[in-house]
Amino acid sequence: MPASLKRRLTPYLLTLPGALWLLAFFLVPMVTMLSVSLQEGSLEEGYRFTGHWQTYTEALGKFDTQLLRSIWYGAIVTVVTLVVSYPMAYWIALRGGRRKNLYLLLILLPFFTPFIIRTLSWKFILADEGIFLGALKDWGVLPDAYQVLATSTAVVAGMIYNFLPFMALPLYVALERLDPAMLDAASDLYSSRRQAFLKVTLPLSMPGVFAGCLLTFIPAVGDFVNATFLGGVNTTMIGNVIQREFLTNNDYPEGAAISFLLMAAILVGVLRYVRKMGAEELTV
Amino acid sequence: MSRRSRFLPVYTGLVIAYLFVPIVVMILFGFNDPRGRFNFAWQGFTLQWYRELFDIPELTTALKNSLLVAGLSTLIATVLGTMVALALSRYRMRGRSALNVFVFLPMATPEIVLGVSLLSLFVTLGVARGFVTIVIAHILFSVSYVVVTVRARLAGLDHSLEDAAQDLGATPWTTFWTVTFPLIFPGVLAAGLLAFVLSIDDYVITSFNAGGTVTFPLWVFGASRIGVPPQVNVMGTLIFLIGVVYVIVSVVRGRERTGSVGAGALAAKTAKG
Repeated sequence: MPASLKRRLTPYLLTLPGALWLLAFFLVPMVTMLSVSLQEGSLEEGYRFTGHWQTYTEALGKFDTQLLRSIWYGAIVTVVTLVVSYPMAYWIALRGGRRKNLYLLLILLPFFTPFIIRTLSWKFILADEGIFLGALKDWGVLPDAYQVLATSTAVVAGMIYNFLPFMALPLYVALERLDPAMLDAASDLYSSRRQAFLKVTLPLSMPGVFAGCLLTFIPAVGDFVNATFLGGVNTTMIGNVIQREFLTNNDYPEGAAISFLLMAAILVGVLRYVRKMGAEELTV
Repeated sequence: MSRRSRFLPVYTGLVIAYLFVPIVVMILFGFNDPRGRFNFAWQGFTLQWYRELFDIPELTTALKNSLLVAGLSTLIATVLGTMVALALSRYRMRGRSALNVFVFLPMATPEIVLGVSLLSLFVTLGVARGFVTIVIAHILFSVSYVVVTVRARLAGLDHSLEDAAQDLGATPWTTFWTVTFPLIFPGVLAAGLLAFVLSIDDYVITSFNAGGTVTFPLWVFGASRIGVPPQVNVMGTLIFLIGVVYVIVSVVRGRERTGSVGAGALAAKTAKG
């Protein structure tokens, strides 16, 4: 084979195995799941494709509460992690000096512990008679009946904790890229610190805000582990429903339909946000 | 000026302290001496669980499964992902932007959807779930992260070294192994570390594709219904210590690039949850 042809073929050969893997285990499963969502039947008798799209409307009618709740939780988690992380990312990126990386690694270090153990640890801390609430009750600060576990507060708090680095890191990356000379220029031109922040820092960090919001919102809406450990019957999320349909009820068509409804909900949420933020951030 | 500049560092310190709260509790209760099955209230100090770390056979098997799955999936995902990253940043090719989107899509899909779509495929094909399907799933979610991490490293490299090697008559194969690979090795290593951590931590996708095979997160999840033994805290503590060592090493080496790649790796891991 001539060398030039070989060189032209190289990128395709390099891509082939990885692309085939993604094709076989990402794209093909998605198409399969689409077909499953349009099937009817039962686990015992087998499922047949009938194009029964009504599963979607039925599932939406049955689980609209959980779907809306998941979007709502996802939105709260995104806003709170943004508000909590921004000042911290700002300080580390612009005032962290030589220890920047150390601070950053300190933020990420707790997340080296497995997700399941971290969430269980919160369950343990927030337990009704646990080390925290138990003590406060013993001192009479809280009434005995007070509880956090099994409430939406506990689920949202757990998600805020678990997804915080996902907001903090893109914010940090965007703020760290900011040229300090821009801020000097602003102050040379007599802007106050407030003005400099609002007119220079904030707009320039928008790509980070955008990335952080997406990276937090998408996994948060689909999460079910926090709701399983920290929630109760009134905090069920759409992820819990999907899990139950697939693993307990073996109702694959309904589970598949809800999965696509979840993806659609995320897409709607993201598009609304994009429209609100303006399209220019998409060009990051 | 002074009030402002003091507020932010204190605030940052408080947030970091908050992030460590569940970790401190986990470490502490690995030393607890509970009566009964529930490791809930502090009863006394003991090192028993460190001595009896491997005394629960199912837990030990689960940990071994996790390590084996992580080792295999890391190896394959790192090779596949590095090849794609090389193609994307070192060559002109048709369909580049489509490939970029294709690589990005699995990362933008909620984990649960990845998990159930794979389950749909395996059920439809009649493939029994078990060790192999777990490895397949783990390679799938790791490949995209490997591509992104290795590309970040490749983006900072200069083509002229490779051009020089080729001008001096080296074949592309020799150029790759003697010039390109040593240069991108830190990126490949970070990507491999990331893939390993993602795999060993994964609960959601594994839970749908595991069949009867139990991994460490699956075992802990199951045990949480009847009370998690203190050995789990100990294992969590040891995994955390690996992280501590990693942080110390990267800070001592003080290489900004290594630090941020590692940070990115950890952040990505968190998202995969």
